[in-house]
Amino acid sequence: MRLDKRYLVLAMAAVLVTGCSSDEKEGLGDTLGADASTSGYSDGSLSGSQFGSNGFNSASHLGPEFSDPNNPLSKQVIYFELDSSQVKQEYVSIVAAHARYLASHPKQRVILGGNADERGSSEYNIALGEQRSKSVERMMRSQGVSASQLEVVSYGEEKPVAYGHDESSWSQNRRVELGYQ
Amino acid sequence: MMLFARISITVLLASLFSVAHAAGLTIEITKGAQTAVPIAIVPFGQGGAIGNVKLSDVVSSDLGGSGFFKTLAEDDMLTKPTEAQKINFKDWQVLGQDYMVIGQVIGNGNQFNIEFQLFNVNNGGLLMGYRFTAGAHELRRAAHHISDLIYEKLTGRKGSFNTRIAYVTNAVRSQGRQYLLQVADADGFNPRTIAESPEPIMAPAWSPDGAKIAYVSFHTKRSEIYVQTLATGQRESVSAYPGINGAPAFSPDGSRLAITLSKDGSPDVYILNLSNRGLTRLTSGMSIETEPTWSPDGSTIVFTSDQGGKPQLYTIPSSGGKSSRLTFQGDYNARGRFSTDGRSLAMVTANGGDYRIAVMDMASRTVNVVSSGRLDESPSFSPNGSMVLFAAKSGPRSTLAVASTDGAVQQKLAFETGEIREPAWAP
Repeated sequence: MRLDKRYLVLAMAAVLVTGCSSDEKEGLGDTLGADASTSGYSDGSLSGSQFGSNGFNSASHLGPEFSDPNNPLSKQVIYFELDSSQVKQEYVSIVAAHARYLASHPKQRVILGGNADERGSSEYNIALGEQRSKSVERMMRSQGVSASQLEVVSYGEEKPVAYGHDESSWSQNRRVELGYQ
Repeated sequence: MMLFARISITVLLASLFSVAHAAGLTIEITKGAQTAVPIAIVPFGQGGAIGNVKLSDVVSSDLGGSGFFKTLAEDDMLTKPTEAQKINFKDWQVLGQDYMVIGQVIGNGNQFNIEFQLFNVNNGGLLMGYRFTAGAHELRRAAHHISDLIYEKLTGRKGSFNTRIAYVTNAVRSQGRQYLLQVADADGFNPRTIAESPEPIMAPAWSPDGAKIAYVSFHTKRSEIYVQTLATGQRESVSAYPGINGAPAFSPDGSRLAITLSKDGSPDVYILNLSNRGLTRLTSGMSIETEPTWSPDGSTIVFTSDQGGKPQLYTIPSSGGKSSRLTFQGDYNARGRFSTDGRSLAMVTANGGDYRIAVMDMASRTVNVVSSGRLDESPSFSPNGSMVLFAAKSGPRSTLAVASTDGAVQQKLAFETGEIREPAWAP
C-alpha cells in the first residue's frame, strides 16, 4: 500500500519537475548570462564629466574667483537640516553670489544636484533631495537667473560623500551641489 | 566567479549548520524561532560524475536558513544511510530528530537522476518520495526544489527557495565606481549582472510573470525608468520626463507601471500604460507623493505622502479618486509593499531614532515591527508571504536581511564585497 502511493507521487513529481526545468530555460537559461550584462549598458562615453563628490565642477572655463577661498563662489555645496529643504541663513549669501554670477553670465548653466542622508526609504529621499534643489532654484530665479540656466536633479541617498552612519556623515550628505557645466 | 563558487562549496563542508557560504555571501540566522523543527538531511548517495554541488548541503542550508527548521550537522550523524531499508530510526530518535531525508544522485556529466525520501523519525513512516532528472546546470535548482517540497509538506505553505532576487550593488572598475543591477538565486548564488552604470541604479521591480524588471537609472545623469527583458537583455526607456522618474511598480496584470514623476511640480503618482505610454495622474498637491505599490487585485494603490507634515502611507483607487490615510502610528511610515495574498503590507517605520521594517495586517490594521536594525529599508515579501527581505546596515556596509512576517525569525545575508541595496524578491 505504502509502496503504491510512493510511486504515484514519484510519477507526479516527474511531471512537476519537467515543467519546472522548461520554465527555467525560458527564464534564466543562457540568455541572462554574461552576454546580456554587457550588451547595451556600458556607457563609457559618459564618464567624461563626472558630477558628484569627486570634482563635480568639470567646467574649466570658470574664473579664478571660483577657487579663491575668500570668495563665496568657491563654496558650491549648500547643506541642510534634517528633513528640511529650507536654505539656512549662513548659505543665503553663497546662493546669492552664485545667482549674481549666473545672472551676469546668461549662457552659464548649472545642475542643482539634491541629496539626502541615508535614513528612511530611498525613493522618499529622492523627493527630499529634489525639494532641496528646488529651494535653491527658487532663490536663484528670484534673483534674476533664467530657468534655462538651471537644472534640478535629485540623487536622494544614492551619492553620499560621507559613509558613516551618524550625524557627522549625515549632515555632510544633506546637500545641494552646484555643478557648473 | 565560477572558481569562487567552487571554493565556497568546499568551505561549506566544514561550516556550521546555520551558516552557509555562497559566492561571496554568508547567511547567518540572527534570531531563530523557538519552535524550530529538528530535521536531518543525510548526505545523498552519489554515483558517476556529479560535479561540485552537494545537494544535502543546499537543502540543509535552505531549510535551516528559513528558521522554521533546525538541521542536524553532518558530523553529529551516527550513520549516513542512502537507502530506506538501511535506516535505523532509533539512531535518529536518540539524536532528537523529528524528520529525516535521504537520497541519491547519479550523474553522467550532462544529466542527473535524483531521488529523495522524507521520513517521520518517530514512526518510520514515509511522508514523501520523489524521483526526477535535472540538467547539467540545474543541480542547485533541483536542490532548492527539494527544499520547497519538504517545506510545503511539513509546514503546509509553499516554499520560496527556488526563487530569485534582484538588488543593486557596487563594484570598483578601472573607470571608477560602478552601480550594478544583479539577479541571483534567493540564497545569493549565481549572481548575474543585468545592468551596469557609473551613475546610480535604483528601485528594481519585477513584472508579475518574472520575465522583466523595471528600474531607475541615472546613466544620462538624469533619472529615467527602464523596462528590461531578462531573457534577451533588451531594455527600453519608458519614462524620461524632466525631474523625478522614479519608484516603478508593475500592475498585477503587467500592463501598466505606477511611477513617480515631478514634471508638474511636486512628486506625484502616475499610472503609465506600457502599450501606448499614456499617462494618468493619480495624486496632486504641493506635497510629496511617491513609492506607489499595487494591491494584488489591482484595485488599490498604496503610496507615501507627507501631506500631513510627516511621511505616512495612504491608499487611493487605482482608477483615481479620493485618497485616505492608512497609517497613524509614529511619525514615519513609508514605502509600502503588499504580500501576494494582499493580507499584509510591509513598510519602513521609524522606531525611536531607528528605521525598521513593520508589517501591517490589512484586516485589523495592526502593525508589528519585524526587524531590529538601525537603518532598515526596502522591504519586499517572499512569494509565499512568510518572509520579508530588506536592506540593512551592518557595520559600514549595506547588506540584505530577512525576517519572518511575525518577526520571530531574523537572518542576515552578508555579501563579502560591495554594498547590497534595494532588494526585490521575484514573484
